[in-house]
Amino acid sequence: MADVVLDAKNLCKRFGAVTAADSINAGIEKDSVVGLIGTNGAGKTTFINMITGYLKPDTGAITYQGREITRLAPREITRLGICRSFQIPQLYASLSVEENMLVALGVVLSNGGRGGFFSRGRPLVPGYEAPAEEVAAHILERFGLAAYRERNAQVLPGGVRKLLDIALTMAAKPKILLLDEPTSGVSAEEKFGIMERVMLAARAEGATVLFVEHDMEVVSRFAERVLAFYDGRVIADAAPKAVLADPEVQRYVVGIHAQD
Amino acid sequence: MKRDRIPLILLLIFILVMATGPFLPQWFLFILTLSFATGLVALGLMLLLRAGLVSFGQALYYCAGAYAAGALGRYLKVGDILAQMALGGVAAAILALVLGFLLAKYRGIFFGLLSLALSMILYGLLVKSEALGSTDGFNILPSTLFGVRPGADWVRYVVAVTGGAVALGCAALLHRFLATPLGRLAPAIKDNEIRVEYMGASARRAIHVMYVVAAALAGIGGGLAATTVGHIDPDMAYWTTSGEFIFITILSGTGSVVAPFIGAFIFGAIHSAAYDLSPNTWQMSLGSALLLLIVFLPEGLWSLFRKLGWQT
Repeated sequence: MADVVLDAKNLCKRFGAVTAADSINAGIEKDSVVGLIGTNGAGKTTFINMITGYLKPDTGAITYQGREITRLAPREITRLGICRSFQIPQLYASLSVEENMLVALGVVLSNGGRGGFFSRGRPLVPGYEAPAEEVAAHILERFGLAAYRERNAQVLPGGVRKLLDIALTMAAKPKILLLDEPTSGVSAEEKFGIMERVMLAARAEGATVLFVEHDMEVVSRFAERVLAFYDGRVIADAAPKAVLADPEVQRYVVGIHAQD
Repeated sequence: MKRDRIPLILLLIFILVMATGPFLPQWFLFILTLSFATGLVALGLMLLLRAGLVSFGQALYYCAGAYAAGALGRYLKVGDILAQMALGGVAAAILALVLGFLLAKYRGIFFGLLSLALSMILYGLLVKSEALGSTDGFNILPSTLFGVRPGADWVRYVVAVTGGAVALGCAALLHRFLATPLGRLAPAIKDNEIRVEYMGASARRAIHVMYVVAAALAGIGGGLAATTVGHIDPDMAYWTTSGEFIFITILSGTGSVVAPFIGAFIFGAIHSAAYDLSPNTWQMSLGSALLLLIVFLPEGLWSLFRKLGWQT
């Protein structure tokens, strides 16, 4: 495999009697789009939680660009450029959409050593080289959120919440973008629109994408490679067509019983 | 972009105090100056409240600042108003920097009660220390400014103007701080701390910084109160003092850095009037007045300005 940026080796994680990860090996290539599928409890989110540092694996190691990140805290991993979105959007409910964005860009400024109390003028956001208000407007425009700019995050429609959550995640220009069920809880008509916007933005930023998804149509349309999880193991790892045709995947993940 | 009117409002308040001060009665100047002092404490509490933290022990830093200012006169014979406020702020900030390593880990009721406990420890220590006057406290040197001791008719005015300049200046600085990336984290931490961490920021570090800033403001307020009243005692660290500060903060609302001073002044005025009208039942009058304010302006006094159509 050429140019593996994120490499999980032999990850194991048990919660009491439940094995959430059972020797998972996965090398993620640069600029690829990888779909993670599997039934509830198969270990997809555990995998994401281990990459982002929320959970520490019992054994095994995760390396990012050759550097081991297994034991780092979530914020340290985020600062390296591995950012995640959430299945249930995690927003700042009391703030407006724009203020949510400004918080995210403020963190980017702080981590870039800019925008301190004593800095003069309007600091430029690293990676964008523009003031935070302008960058916020640009990102909201890109995600189709400009009309909601002054709306409170608490009262947004489901699809908009989802997009804002992803937009907040992408504010830091992640190298690796982890999307936990980006289209769950969103109406069928909205799903493809959301995915198209996100993929377009990810491609423009040159991000490698991993996404957890239950909708096989979405997976086969957007993923270049699919990892199928079952019972804490990766039971298939190939191009979408091949994975979705795999009898084991059909039986355990998609729910079609292969005809014997 | 909306024009930021806060620095202008602060400047206008200062000019108003400076211009009308010579014509105001002494008792009014006294209440006004104390409102600047307690307003500073409430300003710090407002910052913490924005981050979702209620400190039930902010009197710790108020008292520490006052005693630092007092010690300056007692041991170094310095009675300069600015030096008293500066030392009060620095002493409180250093104390908060140390205690912050412990407190920044806690949230909600645990943060509140732990801060209350710490302030009561200071109260206990001061009550037991003979050298600092025990429960009686001690008197503060007469106020001076840049080596000049104002005449008896002017001292209240000088303290009011100097204290006002420092207090409103602090408000302007805090206003700027709220717009920095770190200041913006306050409401974000209140809403969703996990998201803050996943954005790559440290909520604990941010809270530690805000805790130190709040303490410094309380310490400056303590220094100002010491020189205004001319006397300090351990009651400044007592939990009821912390309670008054929280009351002022809630009364003011978290909408603007101007609000704590207006809230502190109204609280001080109601307090004095209630005491004047009925010395034996003043708590009841005060309580009723505050109850009405809370019922009709649940988001604090500042929301009144918004209701009147002000863009702030």
